[in-house]
Amino acid sequence: MTNATTLAAAEPLYSYPSPLKEFWQSFSSNRGALVSFIFFVLLVLAALFAPWLAPHSPTEQYREFFLSPPAWQTGGSMQFFLGTDEVGRDILSRLLHGARLSLMIGLISVLMSLLPGIVLGMIAAFYPNFIGTSIMRAMDVMMALPSLLLAVAIVAVLGPGLLNTILAISVVSLPSYVRLARASAMSELSKDYVIASRLSGAGQLRLMFNTVLPNCMAPLIVQATMGFSAAILDAAALGFLGLGAQPPLPEWGTMLASARDYIERAWWVVTMPGVTILITVLALNLMGDGLRDALDPKLKKLA
Amino acid sequence: MFSFIFRRLSVTIPTFLGITVLAFALIHMIPGDPVLVMVGERRLDPEFYRQALIRLGLDQPLYVQYWQYLLKVLQGDLGQSLVSHEPVIKDFWALFPATLELSICAMLVASVFGLAIGMIAAIRRGSWIDHTVMGAALTGYSMPVFWLGLQLIMLFSVQLGWTPVSGRIDLEFDITRVTGLMLIDTLISGEEGAFKSAFMHLILPTIVLSTIPMAVIARMTRSSMLEVLREEYIRTARAKGLSRTRIVLVHALRNALMTVVTVIGLQVGTMLAGAVLTESIFSWPGIGKWLIDSISRRDYPVVQGGILLIATLIIIVNLLVDVLYGVINPRIRHAR
Repeated sequence: MTNATTLAAAEPLYSYPSPLKEFWQSFSSNRGALVSFIFFVLLVLAALFAPWLAPHSPTEQYREFFLSPPAWQTGGSMQFFLGTDEVGRDILSRLLHGARLSLMIGLISVLMSLLPGIVLGMIAAFYPNFIGTSIMRAMDVMMALPSLLLAVAIVAVLGPGLLNTILAISVVSLPSYVRLARASAMSELSKDYVIASRLSGAGQLRLMFNTVLPNCMAPLIVQATMGFSAAILDAAALGFLGLGAQPPLPEWGTMLASARDYIERAWWVVTMPGVTILITVLALNLMGDGLRDALDPKLKKLA
Repeated sequence: MFSFIFRRLSVTIPTFLGITVLAFALIHMIPGDPVLVMVGERRLDPEFYRQALIRLGLDQPLYVQYWQYLLKVLQGDLGQSLVSHEPVIKDFWALFPATLELSICAMLVASVFGLAIGMIAAIRRGSWIDHTVMGAALTGYSMPVFWLGLQLIMLFSVQLGWTPVSGRIDLEFDITRVTGLMLIDTLISGEEGAFKSAFMHLILPTIVLSTIPMAVIARMTRSSMLEVLREEYIRTARAKGLSRTRIVLVHALRNALMTVVTVIGLQVGTMLAGAVLTESIFSWPGIGKWLIDSISRRDYPVVQGGILLIATLIIIVNLLVDVLYGVINPRIRHAR
């Protein structure tokens, strides 16, 4: 206890803001990022409470109301605010339930690629010789194909569906995390604190995950945000190609796939899901930009 | 220079081998009997089944199978389509020019506009022009392009009737294939209106396919331009009294281009992935649509061969970009 009091006495008079507060100040000064963050929170809430918020069931078909236009257009009604699709399902309800699917796809695929990515990246950085090189070569192979194409290939093999979409997107985004984790770990490894920790007898595992990893998190968090938006976009693209979530699941891209045949008669069937995807992805990217500027000011000039 | 090219090649070859492993594994990961997968029939009599098993080499151990597969691939034999019964590689070359034409047009549009937009934003840094243009670029980068395609069809084809909905040319024209590039072939044929028809068919797919690369190029141009504009030699040029335009277009652009050229090269992959979506929307008869159609038809030899060919193409382009980059920039060439 005496130790603590002497330390407190030596404390300088001015105080630093807590890291969280400092981060928030920097993040919230970026207006685009702040608005996007608020939108994202609302979207998450909408997804969580979709069954209570949605005016109708996402799969209920109102036969007498098929292709009914949105409320503000002539012929529309407040009953179906954003109109109905080709079999009379309420588009607003489908979009709200679709938010659950898209956010779930994004979250799970980011976790399923971020966590193995960190582990593989750390191993590659700590054992740079044989194991590290092999890992990085394998990642090069995966990077040789554009992500959507590789995802298409994986889904072609495993068969279309929601779970396989998530799996494909996780596999596809793995290399970027591995590379990033390895690169930032490598730059930390030569620093004094790591050497000090190693000299004082810390084991490899402790060095990897306790000493080095926390200092590599900033770029990984930024990449995860970008990966989240890419996952939503790729999942929608797969859905659109008929390889992703299958109807009648209200996945946004899948909704667009079935809407293609109605572009001449019912613009809202096509426009609504697309606008939803665009705004969501845009918000996530803006948030990613804001996060990067706040977490890692060094990278700011690259924007 | 040779050692530089050699070094790059030595990285490329393992990547190519990795891709062949991936393509090989693809077929073996499909649930179900690989013979049925490759021959494509549900009920086979046992004798035919046994023959197919031996013909496809599926009775051999896996490493022998892979070796045989690799040998065949290196000889250009990628198997036969189950649907057209033509060699996969033949179908690929038949359809590739359509994708090439579309990609070249989209790349041109993306590079020209992306560069211009990025430069304007960099010069007017912090102004409303910069914010608007970069906001638009981020929107383009976040765009679900398949949806953009549908919206454009809705507006320009359905409502305004300016552009055709799908295909490469109106059905009334019968163009003999010379280069496979419709714009050139229609010019050679000399048929009246054919070139215009081909051109009109290209407009919307080009816009859709160029959206994301354009956004990426604009963002990269802006940031590398900003970096270059901070350099000392720019200040010197300014002190010498050179005009603003001259400084930007002659002094800054040349060095900013270094980064941009690489980015343009890297966009080739994005382009080919985008082609899958764009071609599906506009029924463009290229390799992207071919690949997607083959997946839904369960034409696995085509899926396997198509993916291998596209990946190889991307590897080759990336290699070329790297080598070119080394030619332009000695610092890269001599870096270890």
